[in-house]
Amino acid sequence: MTLYDLANPTFFLKLVRRVLPWLIGACVLVSAIGLYMAFFSAPEDYQQGNTVRIMFVHVPSAWLALFCYGMMSVSSIGSLVWKHPLADVSAKAAAPIGATFTFLALFTGAVWGKPMWGTWWVWDARLTSMLVLFIMYLGIIALWKTFDDPAKAAPKIAVLTLVGSLNLPIIKFSVDWWNTLHQPASVFRTDGPSIATSILVPLLVMALAFTLLFVAMHLSAMRNEIFRRRIRSMRVRVAAKAPAAAAGRVVGAAGVAGGN
Amino acid sequence: MTGSMTNTRDAAHWARALFIREFRLGVRVGGGALIGVLFFLAVVTVFPFGVGPDMKMLARIGAAVLWIGALLATLLGLDRLFQADREDGSLDLLVMSGRSLELVVLIKCAAHWCATGLPLVLAAPVLSLFMNLEPVAMGAVTLTLLVGTPALTLFGAVGAGVTVALRRGGVLLSILVIPLCIPVLIFGVSASTAAVSDFAPFKAPLLFLCAISVLAVVVGPVAAAAALRNAGD
Repeated sequence: MTLYDLANPTFFLKLVRRVLPWLIGACVLVSAIGLYMAFFSAPEDYQQGNTVRIMFVHVPSAWLALFCYGMMSVSSIGSLVWKHPLADVSAKAAAPIGATFTFLALFTGAVWGKPMWGTWWVWDARLTSMLVLFIMYLGIIALWKTFDDPAKAAPKIAVLTLVGSLNLPIIKFSVDWWNTLHQPASVFRTDGPSIATSILVPLLVMALAFTLLFVAMHLSAMRNEIFRRRIRSMRVRVAAKAPAAAAGRVVGAAGVAGGN
Repeated sequence: MTGSMTNTRDAAHWARALFIREFRLGVRVGGGALIGVLFFLAVVTVFPFGVGPDMKMLARIGAAVLWIGALLATLLGLDRLFQADREDGSLDLLVMSGRSLELVVLIKCAAHWCATGLPLVLAAPVLSLFMNLEPVAMGAVTLTLLVGTPALTLFGAVGAGVTVALRRGGVLLSILVIPLCIPVLIFGVSASTAAVSDFAPFKAPLLFLCAISVLAVVVGPVAAAAALRNAGD
């Protein structure tokens, strides 16, 4: 099987139908193991107590938020360079998932920050770059929504995504520089002692669970997007065939359905 | 007696129909609720890069930042208030419908505010976390925005009505509307900052803000309707 076989949506759908139940099963299993380890077998932190368990959701979310942008960038290359028909479907499907993971990372970070730092939010370099990433995700989603025809939207959004992926390290670097310039290392230390194995293992298991969750959600979102495009092209075909008298009604119905 | 009741019922009917139409267009793709809130978030995020991440200072200027962000986000959506209707001709129909144009403008503004202004108010408590506002200040900013943003929309309607016939009137619209909105900004920010200070009164600027909003309900629609009547020729 090559990348070109995947270009056939029907083949892809068949593959998804076969793989998805296994993926979901594996995801549930690994999540159960990971959550059990996170809540029962991992020790409390001697300083942070039970709140350290937020990390087992927080850190994988942040990793997946970045991973998902990487996925979108690779898909954008695929859509611009090889015009792979599934690449822009993949890029579109990844955006809301990535935004959700970024939100989850920011939200759990705020919940964790409140008892630890006494505030929901600090303009720390890491948090700030995460917030910028979140805004970029939302912008890309909003841009997808402004186009009627996904085929026309794909190359433009691919360009934006790639510029963003070039810019992300620069943003990260400049935000680091910005914060150390104004406020040298007073908020919190990121480079404490390395993590103990009893915490690292559940963390990695949770990361695996989140990755499985991402793949499962991404594949189902891609499948839904393919269905959505098929429905769209069917509707356009019906509207083109319909006699002039009925055209207004059909276009109106398409407008209502396509409006959201 | 019966005639006036029928008239009232008729007026309520078309007013509701117009409101629902405007609201649907407002929240639709490219229309605005999400974009406005997103712009609000982006503006609020940009401020600390300029002034520095010191949480104490951000808490001091937070209310002002939120108000300026809300003002800019409101300006952003204003050019669609009449422009889209003018492009597809429905504005001419509204002007010629024989209904009170002032009432039409008021309803359009109300729907526009519900679609774009209200989301800003709802987003304000979340964004004030970024500005390290304490809960009382958070409530004060949200309350002043709730009272004040309708005035921004209504004064903005005047600018939108004046610039409706211009091609690319968006930037000019902002330049025209910002001076009109300065009193709203002054009283909104001073009420919000007074809420957490022991020295400044909270109630007086809040009441001034309410008064300005009430004034805007009258001035905005009358002036915008006058501008729209003259936009055709």
